Amino acid sequence: MQSKPLTLKILDIACVLILAIATYLALIYAPEEAVMGQVQRVFYFHIGTAWTGLLGFLFAAGLGITYLVKQDLKWDIAEVAAVEISAVFFFITIVLGSIWARPIWNTWWTWDPRLTTAAITELIYVAYFMLREGIEDPDRRARFGAVYTLIGGLSAPITFLSIRLFRTIHPVVIGSGDPNAQGTFAMTPHMEVAFFFGLFAFTVIFIDLFWNRIRMGQLAAKVEQMKLNLMH
Amino acid sequence: MAADQQTSRASFLKAMFAITWKDLTAEFRSRELFSAMLVFSLLVILIFNFALELDITTRQTVTAGVLWVTFAFAGTLGLNRSMAVEKDRGCLDGLLLAPVDRSAIYFGKVVSNLVFMLIVEAIVLPVYSFLYDVNLFNLGLFLVILLGSIGYIAVGTLLASMAIQARTRDVLLPILLFPVAVPVLIAAVKASEGFLAGNDFGTIYAPLSLLIGYDVIFIAVAYMVFDYVVEE
Repeated sequence: MQSKPLTLKILDIACVLILAIATYLALIYAPEEAVMGQVQRVFYFHIGTAWTGLLGFLFAAGLGITYLVKQDLKWDIAEVAAVEISAVFFFITIVLGSIWARPIWNTWWTWDPRLTTAAITELIYVAYFMLREGIEDPDRRARFGAVYTLIGGLSAPITFLSIRLFRTIHPVVIGSGDPNAQGTFAMTPHMEVAFFFGLFAFTVIFIDLFWNRIRMGQLAAKVEQMKLNLMH
Repeated sequence: MAADQQTSRASFLKAMFAITWKDLTAEFRSRELFSAMLVFSLLVILIFNFALELDITTRQTVTAGVLWVTFAFAGTLGLNRSMAVEKDRGCLDGLLLAPVDRSAIYFGKVVSNLVFMLIVEAIVLPVYSFLYDVNLFNLGLFLVILLGSIGYIAVGTLLASMAIQARTRDVLLPILLFPVAVPVLIAAVKASEGFLAGNDFGTIYAPLSLLIGYDVIFIAVAYMVFDYVVEE
């Protein structure tokens, strides 16, 4: 069994440092928001995980297509890795958003279109794992997984588009939001530093986890192979 | 060359309609699926009556939602059954052995599923009108129902052919289908509401174009990936 590559080890350590810096920037460096107070600091990680999570889902769809074209299981391993990490990131986004919404919207959860679509997107990928769970044959599992990530990757953006048909109270900090949004604010330069660093941090963490998860997938495949060899 | 293309197109359509015809004939003899879907949808409507206390004022606003939930549930029932029948009796293998383009199988199934769903809808609408005294005779609504059903069945048929090959088969289809069919349901409910309330076309244009876009995208994707789903 090959040992962990040095680059990956370095990246692991770098991730811990970057996360520490991002936390410092978000919790101490960035000024306190005048209206919302401390809870606004959730925003820096909320956006970081949301963007990487959503991009990760699209990335997974791309890997799914690659698998269907190449029919090589290594693309399937990468696809599972991307979906798994994105699903966790996106779940963190929802939890962080909920923490923020409690004081700002005065509720943990509201059936706002943006929140609803976030929940639906997360459910698509829960369904993805349930689909994989139910299929024994590795090739078929990989094919179905690829097809479903492709459909999910197409459907989720359309869902986000379809909610434009409704009003939303979810704030849009970048670009112009709905005038009904509650909790919008303008970023100061210091906040922007914390914001963009948060985005960068979660991107690097995503890459690091992705790499580690692919290695884990490869090892799992090897174990499965060994088990099969033992049985025959 | 042109003649060649023409004959291949003719044979494609012939194969497709042969499959549709087979499904329809089998169904008209047994009426298993159709009666199950119909009775089920009537029950759903009756349950909604208790659950939502459909008095006159509520009716105006929830009719579109109740109808689409009913159609979606009845639709899953039909989709599950129509694919499970093929799998149980080994008919799917027979179909796959036939020397026709596999997407002809997909489109044949889509058409027969669509016919079942439309027949059920054609019966549910007047019954709903009659029971709740709401006028549902509206050409715009019929158009929305047609477009919505096409999108729902297009994705549903693809996902049903995956779900029946998994261990958890019947349970899996709604879990796979509902999150990715959400755009159809949102747009269909919005457009139906608009037509029922007699809004001007400008406000209905957006959900209607979303429906058409969804139909086109997902029929195209399903056409491309169906081969991978039924491959042995």
